[in-house]
Amino acid sequence: MTTHERRSGEVILRLDNISLAFGGVKALTDISFDVREHEIRAIIGPNGAGKSSMLNVINGVYHPQHGTIAYRGEVRRSMNPHAAAASGIARTFQNIALFRGMSVLDNIMTGRNLKIKSNFVEQAIWIGRARREELENRRKVEEVIDFLEIQHIRKTPVGRLPYGLQKRVELARALAAEPSMLLLDEPMAGMNVEEKQDMCRFVLDVNEQYGTTMVLIEHDMGVVMDISDRVVVLDYGRKIGDGTPDEVRGNQKVIDAYLGVAH
Amino acid sequence: MFYREAGQFKTNYIDDSAIFPIRQDRIGFAIILLLAFVAVPLFATPYIFSAILIPFLILALAAIGLNILTGYCGQLSLGTAAFMAVGAFASYNFMLRVPGMPILLAFLCGGVMAAGVGIVFGLPSLRIRGFYLAVATLAAQFFIVWCLAKVGWFSNYSSSGVITAQQVEILGYQFRTPASKYLLVLGIVSIMALGAKNLARSNVGRSWMAVRDMDIAAEVIGIRLMPAKLLAFAISSFYAGVAGALYAYMYLGTVEPEAYNLDLSFRILFMIIIGGVGTVLGSFLGSAFIALLPIALSLLVGFLENSIHLSVSKSMTSNLELMTFGGLIIFFLIVEPHGLARLWQIGKEKLRLWPFPH
Repeated sequence: MTTHERRSGEVILRLDNISLAFGGVKALTDISFDVREHEIRAIIGPNGAGKSSMLNVINGVYHPQHGTIAYRGEVRRSMNPHAAAASGIARTFQNIALFRGMSVLDNIMTGRNLKIKSNFVEQAIWIGRARREELENRRKVEEVIDFLEIQHIRKTPVGRLPYGLQKRVELARALAAEPSMLLLDEPMAGMNVEEKQDMCRFVLDVNEQYGTTMVLIEHDMGVVMDISDRVVVLDYGRKIGDGTPDEVRGNQKVIDAYLGVAH
Repeated sequence: MFYREAGQFKTNYIDDSAIFPIRQDRIGFAIILLLAFVAVPLFATPYIFSAILIPFLILALAAIGLNILTGYCGQLSLGTAAFMAVGAFASYNFMLRVPGMPILLAFLCGGVMAAGVGIVFGLPSLRIRGFYLAVATLAAQFFIVWCLAKVGWFSNYSSSGVITAQQVEILGYQFRTPASKYLLVLGIVSIMALGAKNLARSNVGRSWMAVRDMDIAAEVIGIRLMPAKLLAFAISSFYAGVAGALYAYMYLGTVEPEAYNLDLSFRILFMIIIGGVGTVLGSFLGSAFIALLPIALSLLVGFLENSIHLSVSKSMTSNLELMTFGGLIIFFLIVEPHGLARLWQIGKEKLRLWPFPH
């Protein structure tokens, strides 16, 4: 495997002392880590460790009470989802969050909504800029469709698709935005081995071809150890490990968190 | 047998996203337009124009408005008739108070006023949804009708609160005959339906559907919920406002605020439920269904009276209408929640294979 020799550049995202609580429940406590450009960064941990909350903090759905987030050198306490999307952060969800009433094509086109500048009057008349933009964005979307090999289901309503394909469509919708950073929340959960292999291939291909930085939550340790450059381990909202897959594998705290400790 | 799309390849993406991508659909639609614009005015009687076709088209326009808000954006509204009233009374006042106001511009201004009012009453949708939002729009329904009846200025201090719509005149041509009124309404409704269809297939429509289907995901890919919802309220109310103005000027002639009561709001809601939520076609089908149902029922009752000498009183007929109405709505909610438009689509899919089994 040569996956660990991928180009990874400067630090693109830095989280400092992030703490997030819902009332009395502490979801995240004093977490700091960074993500380098072009790398695949995995976040792992037992159930309820705060992994999804971490992603929600990064793309602005949750607002941490303490700590700062610096994205591309720009420091902020928190952000809203729109600003995160505008700055090039896209994500997929743990439970598929597709627009069920729409076709695959429309779902992916929605991913490009920030690129469309024409206003509603132009779109209602459907001439000039609105039509041109529709065409340009359709072209980009078709590239993504080709890339993820979902041409055959382009016009199918997403509700009719099997689970594995829905996950792929969700990845396509995120990719359509041409993100510089992609947050993947358990992209391989509930898949069989073949589907997992396909998904791994797509994740690596995206990373390779577009240089997209990835932050990935995954439970399948084989996958995590294979494809990620560096791993953060969370347990009960605290960071207990950080480093390359090999370093994390040998970390006693991580082993304890996963296997338990003798009392 | 005749409805095949084999051999019709799209060579560019604009063709592929056309409103009618299949050639047979285009031909069929052209025939319908030709019938509506040419054949119907030649053969229809004044009764058919003023009692069936004109209200059918106007209510279809209002149903498109509600469908934009409820069907596409997922925000339930019970205030459609109130926004229609705003459009009607605003147009009336523009005509009354602005000298030399062209009537089409007055309709447009009425629609814009309705859009403004729609935005104000759409503000609660940012915090509440579902049933609770429906109750908020119910408040709009009662408040607006009350306000129009209570404040004399809106009806030019007419003692009964009734306004008489001014004569409709465009470039010196006066729309007096039912046929001419029908053609004007048909023209306006066609253009606005096309606009709605265009919105639905472009970015604005996709944003609405995204908000409807999964608002968190919509937010995360960069759709701002507040502008998207308020735009839906504005455009929906604009359509309702223009429909309300047409209702006053082209159908009723003299109108009081009470004409736009909750009953009308419910009728329009039934239209989109029966016709199909989230489709422009469904608005027309639902409106046609509800406009034609009373006529079909009275014909049926007349037929029964003649053939088997069953005597049915007038009040029985109108009760029968209500009962059938209620029964059909329950039937549709259970059997085909996507309405007549969905049935039409299933029919077309079947037709593609007919007469072969698969």
